[in-house]
Amino acid sequence: MSALKTLTNGLLKENPTFVLVLGTCPSLAVTTAAINGIGMGAATTFVLLFSNLFIALLKNWIPNKVRIPLFIVIIATFVTIVDLVMQAYTPDLYNALGVFIPLIVVNCIILGRAEAFAQKNSVFYSILDGIGMGIGFTMAITLMASIREIIGNGTIFGIHLLADGAKTVLLFIMPPGAFITYGFLIAIVNRLKKIYNF
Amino acid sequence: MEMINIIILAILVNNVVLAQFLGICPFLGVSGKISTAVGMGGAVVFVMALANLVTYIIQFFILVPLGVEFMQTITFILVIASLVQIVEIILKKVSPGLYQALGIYLPLITTNCAVLGIAILAVQKNYNMIESVVYSAATGIGFTLAMVLLAGIREQMELTGYPKGMKGFPITLVTAGLLSLAFMGFAGLV
Repeated sequence: MSALKTLTNGLLKENPTFVLVLGTCPSLAVTTAAINGIGMGAATTFVLLFSNLFIALLKNWIPNKVRIPLFIVIIATFVTIVDLVMQAYTPDLYNALGVFIPLIVVNCIILGRAEAFAQKNSVFYSILDGIGMGIGFTMAITLMASIREIIGNGTIFGIHLLADGAKTVLLFIMPPGAFITYGFLIAIVNRLKKIYNF
Repeated sequence: MEMINIIILAILVNNVVLAQFLGICPFLGVSGKISTAVGMGGAVVFVMALANLVTYIIQFFILVPLGVEFMQTITFILVIASLVQIVEIILKKVSPGLYQALGIYLPLITTNCAVLGIAILAVQKNYNMIESVVYSAATGIGFTLAMVLLAGIREQMELTGYPKGMKGFPITLVTAGLLSLAFMGFAGLV
């Protein structure tokens, strides 16, 4: 297993959002604007990186029977840090993401990587895996958020793309649009996977 | 009247799955059959109401008096995880019948973000203890309703045809989107 392969694994082959279908709640909920996608992705990547790092460091001292509660405590610690930092420095983004910041703690991507990767691999590879998975997640939800923002609001990152008065499909920034966009994106990724065999 | 408003808002208008996107994983994963959807829904109503009662006590009798509200995330998730374990052990001993019905769904609930999410939201909304429990039970009923509806549609869908490329998650998500669209019709009810 090469370092490069570990890093790029989360980008396409095992993309957490489109291929593993983990962490669906934030993927659907916060993707109303592209900037929210980046913010949520960055917060999750931070937690993923540090929880992977600490779990890989401590794996020899964690008794197997109580590993899940201990993993959750480690993850919750970093989620609390992200929560407080975002509240202080990016209040607008903090308000837009709302309850989904504390809920990073139950994002199955993080516990999933702790269980499937960090507790079995070295510190270096666990960091790479955390970064790769985090970027994969960020890319996926930013893509989804961009599509919803363009179709639903006619903007991307707040920049207007359409002429004044042009009609947009408001449905796409409402809840139903989230489910429908996500469904079609998974179908497209499945198809591409079959064609290009990645 | 206040209570009825909370109940209608939680079940129909702000449905936990279809409008607030909490608890999507079990919603997609356990909605293949109506019978399992009902079992899972029952377990969620029970655990959610109990968890909200306990987290309310912790928030207003421990965290706030000590001035350590920033510990909310970490204490709530640990309390919910241990609560689920305790409920499982007690049910196994006291009511084997109910344990048979709900048992396999209980461990899944620990990772159900709806339970933690609703506990945090109830604190943010400044509900009192009774409102908080009513709110969480109604939210659980809303979760059950959405899941049973989706399970019913999916059972029917297996008998009819749909594009092969949409098999699995994609068609389920699009169906959920249409359900969510239908639930938007409840907006303005209260």
